[in-house]
Amino acid sequence: MQTEILIAGFGGQGVLFGGQLMAYAGMEYGKQVTWIPSYGPEMRGGTANCTVIISDEEIGSPLVRHPRVLMAFNLPSLDKYESAVAEGGLLVVNSSMVERSVDRKNVRSILIPANEIAENLGDKRLTNMVMLGAMLANQPVLPLEAVEKALEHHIPERHKRLLPMNIKALRKGAEFKPVAVK
Amino acid sequence: MAKEMMKGNEAVAEAAIRAGVQAYFGYPITPQTELLEWMSRRMPEEGRAFVQAESELAAINMVYGAACTGRRVMSSSSSPGVSLMLEGISYMAGTEVPAVIVDVMRGGPGLGNIQPSQSDYNQIVHGGGHGDYHPIVLAPCSVQESIDLTVLAFDLAEKYRSIVIILSDGSIGQMMEPAELPPMMPLKTSFPEWAVDGAAGRERRFLSSIYMDAPAEEVANMRLLNRWAKIRENEIRYKEYYLDDAEYAIVGFGSAGRVALSAVRQAREMGIKVGLLRPISLNPFPVDAIEALGKRVKGILVVEMNTGQMLDDVLLATRGKVPVEFYGRTGGVIPFPDEVVSAVQRLAAGPIVTTGHPRDRWMKFMSFLN
Amino acid sequence: MTVPELDSEQVAVYQRPDALSDTNTHYCPGCTHGVAHRLIAEVVDEMGLRERMIGVASVGCSVFAYNYFDFDFVQSPHGRAPAMATGIKRVLPDRIVLTYQGDGDLASIGMAEVVHAAARGENITCIFINNTNYGMTGGQMAPTTLPGQKTTSSPNGRDVEVNGYPIRTAELLSKLDGASYVVRRSLHDPKNIRLAKKAIRTAFEVQKRGLGFSMVELLSICPTNWGMTPRQAIQWLEEKMIPFYALGDYKVNPSVADIKI
Repeated sequence: MQTEILIAGFGGQGVLFGGQLMAYAGMEYGKQVTWIPSYGPEMRGGTANCTVIISDEEIGSPLVRHPRVLMAFNLPSLDKYESAVAEGGLLVVNSSMVERSVDRKNVRSILIPANEIAENLGDKRLTNMVMLGAMLANQPVLPLEAVEKALEHHIPERHKRLLPMNIKALRKGAEFKPVAVK
Repeated sequence: MAKEMMKGNEAVAEAAIRAGVQAYFGYPITPQTELLEWMSRRMPEEGRAFVQAESELAAINMVYGAACTGRRVMSSSSSPGVSLMLEGISYMAGTEVPAVIVDVMRGGPGLGNIQPSQSDYNQIVHGGGHGDYHPIVLAPCSVQESIDLTVLAFDLAEKYRSIVIILSDGSIGQMMEPAELPPMMPLKTSFPEWAVDGAAGRERRFLSSIYMDAPAEEVANMRLLNRWAKIRENEIRYKEYYLDDAEYAIVGFGSAGRVALSAVRQAREMGIKVGLLRPISLNPFPVDAIEALGKRVKGILVVEMNTGQMLDDVLLATRGKVPVEFYGRTGGVIPFPDEVVSAVQRLAAGPIVTTGHPRDRWMKFMSFLN
Repeated sequence: MTVPELDSEQVAVYQRPDALSDTNTHYCPGCTHGVAHRLIAEVVDEMGLRERMIGVASVGCSVFAYNYFDFDFVQSPHGRAPAMATGIKRVLPDRIVLTYQGDGDLASIGMAEVVHAAARGENITCIFINNTNYGMTGGQMAPTTLPGQKTTSSPNGRDVEVNGYPIRTAELLSKLDGASYVVRRSLHDPKNIRLAKKAIRTAFEVQKRGLGFSMVELLSICPTNWGMTPRQAIQWLEEKMIPFYALGDYKVNPSVADIKI
């Protein structure tokens, strides 16, 4: 069993850390994992994406053409990768940053206003946790608790006090369910 | 020691520190820079030498100087930077001093780009620098293997007074995977009898790559070659996957080997009996293993992230006794597993072709890029 | 070469320094490389540094310098001696590390290496032989070749419109904060040779005390490639080189000024 998760957005949206958190959680849960970022000249504010693979056996390619899951944090990411998601896969779209609906009918889609939810929780930087929560609740890759535990272990020291809020954000996101695509 | 998530570049750096590297000299270049940055922090912490040199030329010659003292020393760079280092690498080979160099390959030629590539195979494996010498070349495919091969590299370098090059790429360097580091090894306290470190209480020594007398240079070159013969005897490394019942085999190293592993599994789900041989030591090359493989299977597919550089070595090893096909992506493009699956399907579907060059057939297939 | 035993009436007033090997050099008759070698060896002896020395030979006429000194030596690629010296010094900081380089090596192909070694304040000493041409390869134009000077690659004389201007290396390096001791001396007469030796001694003292980068530029003659007798060459150095390459101290850090030789 292998699950590939492509997480894409702008730099600064917590895309890379969100992916790393998944990888840590997977490792600590006893799975094989890889995390590979796209890297380029843009250091800040440009596009950022990473692919996380969580698997029961030794992982071959760290990149796949058709990931099981896409988490699109903004419109350019949805435009670029929507067609790539594997049939029957999961699409988690940050509807705060994406004004259009999803075209794909053979995948499950969650539209979640992650920015607003994060802001209501008190910090826009929680967007990635809201998105992760929504994904975890709808893709049987890792239990939410495994990610919460990893978060506890790997949240940077200076952000330790934000841990309860991060966990709240994960759980809030987990309340979201796929919508029927019209 | 427990596994931790580590970036390939940083894992190599820390592994070198654990293996007792006493000096690191480097120059920033993507996608290798994390290695240099890690060293800039950790080497001073350990009281060891770190210098960010003014160029790769200077970096490799700092390595050369430190290597002459018999201490463990390394540098790292990426393709264009390694091209600049080839001068120093040749001198070190001629002087017979050990050193470890890491090449985190990126797309070329020229400035190219910073995406993962394997197009330094010829530059590294088949020399690059001038003169008759053979570096040991080790190609990891994962973060863990990057660590293990880095530690091994220092031992082999010393054992054979040889340059050992870790041939990584941007993908392995940037990727994070769980891996386990070795324990911290103590620094060396005894040094070889050739080390130039001040003639205290002994005859003075000198190290040089000069043999003005051509017959003496010939003797030196034969000494290097004899040493190389021992290396070929003892240091060939490769890994086999799903080859027991295989009717077809892929040969691929490093990142391409990993992509091939995914492809092998997918192709097997489709009922094609295919396996993988992943060379780990690119130099010495697993010639016998590949020749034997050629006798067992109906066809071999070589997969690389270049236009078929290792392909030539596979063709030499198989001596025309088995059909060979090639699939590659170049310029920093990473093949997806499904592309390799398709290439396996084409090979298995036949007809088996034994005329012409596999690269030409691949070029034809890739003509959509023209 | 056998040294005759002294009888009871005789006193040795001049002999080969311990730091020089008992080897004939390959240098041309009249060449001042031999003088520079001897000065270094005398200083090494006087300071008792022979067992701590590591020399870095370069590419050029002094490529075989490692044969002539009786202390540890390595041989560098063209121009890279300061980088090699850096590598050695960083792992063995208590050794005295010396590069010996000519003008093609140091001021042309190796300019980046020497500039950055100086900028880093690398605690090494560079002995820089300026004889205004590439001696080893047969007298081609060097970065130090004077305007109008004929060489085998500037047969009509160095035309600054085409070939640009000579580089005054000591002046250039003296501008770097990391350089502690940068001077120019000349090897054309006994007085200047004594001053040159003093400068080499000071440079080693700078390194011994860990005070940073030192370079001694030595104006030298190349009778063979200049097409002159040694005597003419010495005269040419005095009349042509010194006016262009003024002798003097270009950088003496306050910490260095305390050194009394």
